[in-house]
Amino acid sequence: MSTPSPKGHLTRDEVAHLAHLSRLAVSEEELDLFAGQLAAVLDAVAEVGKADVADVAPTTHAVPMTNVMRPDVARPSLPRDVVLAGAPFAEDDRFRVPRILGEEA
Amino acid sequence: MSDITTTSAADLSAALHAGDLTSVEVTGAYLDRIAAEDGELGAYLHVDAEAALTAAEAVDAARAAGRELGPLAGVPMALKDVVVTEGVPTTSGSKILEGWRPPYDATLAAKLKAAGTVLLGKTNMDEFAMGSSTENSAYRITRNPWDHSRIPGGSSGGSSAAVAGGLAPWSIGTDTGGSIRQPAAVTGLVGHKPTYGSVSRYGLIAFSSSLDQAGPMTRTVLDAALLHEAIAGHDPYDSTSIDSPVPVLAEAARRGARGDLAGLKVGVVRELGGEGHAEGYEPGVLARFQEAVALLEGMGAEVREVSCPAFDLALPAYYLIAPSEASSNLARFDGVRYGLRVGDDGSRDLDEVMALTREQGFGPEVKRRIILGAYALSAGYYDAYYGQAQKVRTLITRNFAAAYADVDVLVSPTMPTVAFPLGSRVDDPIAMYAADLCTLPASLAGVPAISVPCGLSEGLPVGFQAMAPALGDDRCYRVAAALEAAQDAARGHRLLDELGGRPRPKENTRS
Repeated sequence: MSTPSPKGHLTRDEVAHLAHLSRLAVSEEELDLFAGQLAAVLDAVAEVGKADVADVAPTTHAVPMTNVMRPDVARPSLPRDVVLAGAPFAEDDRFRVPRILGEEA
Repeated sequence: MSDITTTSAADLSAALHAGDLTSVEVTGAYLDRIAAEDGELGAYLHVDAEAALTAAEAVDAARAAGRELGPLAGVPMALKDVVVTEGVPTTSGSKILEGWRPPYDATLAAKLKAAGTVLLGKTNMDEFAMGSSTENSAYRITRNPWDHSRIPGGSSGGSSAAVAGGLAPWSIGTDTGGSIRQPAAVTGLVGHKPTYGSVSRYGLIAFSSSLDQAGPMTRTVLDAALLHEAIAGHDPYDSTSIDSPVPVLAEAARRGARGDLAGLKVGVVRELGGEGHAEGYEPGVLARFQEAVALLEGMGAEVREVSCPAFDLALPAYYLIAPSEASSNLARFDGVRYGLRVGDDGSRDLDEVMALTREQGFGPEVKRRIILGAYALSAGYYDAYYGQAQKVRTLITRNFAAAYADVDVLVSPTMPTVAFPLGSRVDDPIAMYAADLCTLPASLAGVPAISVPCGLSEGLPVGFQAMAPALGDDRCYRVAAALEAAQDAARGHRLLDELGGRPRPKENTRS
């Protein structure tokens, strides 16, 4: 565990790394813009650190519910052709995807 | 009756039921105004006049044949474009979903269809509901009907502009951090965020799942209650849906309108514009708010000030929690199953195509929030940011619980300012986020909250917010209806009636 970045310290490289992890091919201009803006936002949201939260449990959800069950009843799926009609590319009644492995794999 | 495109949905419903109007007449009147005015106003992303008239004809035919119809049958309706509608284009304001026609209806869309409402179209919004001005829409800006140089609020700004501008009798919005209440406030409408879990989220394109909630945006409190009742109820398709009976809200609104608030305990939240916390609040907004509080007191309410110190941290907590959930939710837009795909020329692999698709398909605010969320959730920062924000959420919920031990409702302005000029905050995310200051606590705690007009400041509408405990939505409607009735009586007409015929400056000329 490292400590959070000091004030305004979300660097351009960090933004580039996060964008890559998020599958966003951001441009150089965007990196410059976002690094500045996100540093300012991060400063603002870091205010949460001021709260005294000793012995405070986190709230993940406004309505505490766990393991919501419903009867296991089969029902029809959406028609295949209707679903595939919304896909960017379909082939042989399936979603067609770009290759997932490099040339050498 | 008064003009079809300015009257309440309840009055339209009555006229349709009595046979004084047909659904084709009503729907046609709205479609005419959309055709004439939406080029300038920008409230809609999609309108299908033919489909709307066909649906209206079907209702009229059923009524003529003597079929028993529900109260909403034949009343037109606009849905925020975040609501999935079968066969009707749905974009969530994003290019990544341009041209997508969903294969199913959201539960609330199905309920409104079954009730016989006529879908006029889908309304503009900030992309994936991320924004407070609708300027983050990938498609167009939307103007405030009160002043075309100003924002209609956001993210449900298309819905607010449509209803205030006479291009829909009422509409559905969604509220994650204030996106129903804040646009309602700046356009002189009533907007209610229901108790989290009381309206199904099935078929709402997810932004922040622990916060998102759909609700009504209307011209009157009674309309909001009627529409809320129509969309509420348990839904097994939404695992966060509360399994409790549909609340009785229209009756609460009618009772409230009689103006007797004797015994009602009202808490004014100090942290939302009170002493020591008024920075950033416009004096005109605070003046209208205080006048509204005095009106409630005049109707018998017991008013006291309440302190909720953790509310000061609602904004930073929200802007960690919502982006974190969004970064996860928006991972589904991968260019495989629906929407846009970019760069799939055989030379690129899935990861590259995905990154190019998301780069072109998402706008800057969405990218900012995805990156911020990814950061807040990453190892090493999780405890300090996301985890800490969730604990602040607990503190806010505790503040509400403590307050509700003493009072029945909590009240505040809905927004610190009136509608700001288009373009004035787009380059400054922090300034934009401040528009949500008053609405965020109720979102984080999942409690119901309503915004009801409380007059004008500098010629622009001001909103009054009433918050109640979870499943106490009826209290919001009671207080809002009392305030609305008292103000309408004092003024001699509705606030929205002051919109008709006023000049619409293109440029903001105030210094």
